[in-house]
Amino acid sequence: METQIIISDKALDIQSCIEWVRSPQSGGIDVFIGTVRDSTKGKRVVRLEFEAYEPMALKEMEKIAAQASDKWPMQRLLIHHRTGVLAVGDVPVIIAVSCAHRDAAFEACRFVIDTLKQTVPIWKKEIFEDGEVWVAAHP
Amino acid sequence: MKVSVLAFGIAKDIFGGSSVEFQLDGNTAADLKSTLERQYPRLKQLRSYMIAVNNEYALDELILTDTDEIAIIPPVSGG
Repeated sequence: METQIIISDKALDIQSCIEWVRSPQSGGIDVFIGTVRDSTKGKRVVRLEFEAYEPMALKEMEKIAAQASDKWPMQRLLIHHRTGVLAVGDVPVIIAVSCAHRDAAFEACRFVIDTLKQTVPIWKKEIFEDGEVWVAAHP
Repeated sequence: MKVSVLAFGIAKDIFGGSSVEFQLDGNTAADLKSTLERQYPRLKQLRSYMIAVNNEYALDELILTDTDEIAIIPPVSGG
């Protein structure tokens, strides 16, 4: 399996991510594209700010890739994550997986994004018109 | 032992900077947590937080040394 794991402060390129996972051995590609939503619990979101503990975040993403590859036969797995300031509609994360068969692609893609949200040291601050909050920080 | 601790996300707001240095009583990750919580009580209001040592999540009993890269990992929210 080949992997490409990147944290970047530049806009993510959806098309090139999909192109990167294409392979002749694959019967399908599954892609998750995270996008910045315009509201949280009815409050209008102005922008999001993402911060990463980059060396550790890359290491944790490598671990997720290794776990996914133990569970599912994948041809290629790509994980790109943004840092910096993002506006509504911008893309903070792209996961792309190619596999011989679709079941593995769907399941691996879901596993990667779900686990990333639990373990990878990246933080998002939501900025509203009347304040800001680090997401998930408090109970 | 004198330690330097990196902070991210809300921990940066709580520490008032992206790293703090202080004198640690004891030498485990658990000792570090209790020292930090005494100095920065707002840490206890978080949903949870972890200590990372050399880019790995640390168990409470892990022994720290003065060359370790130590970080506070508040609840993550990537994706």
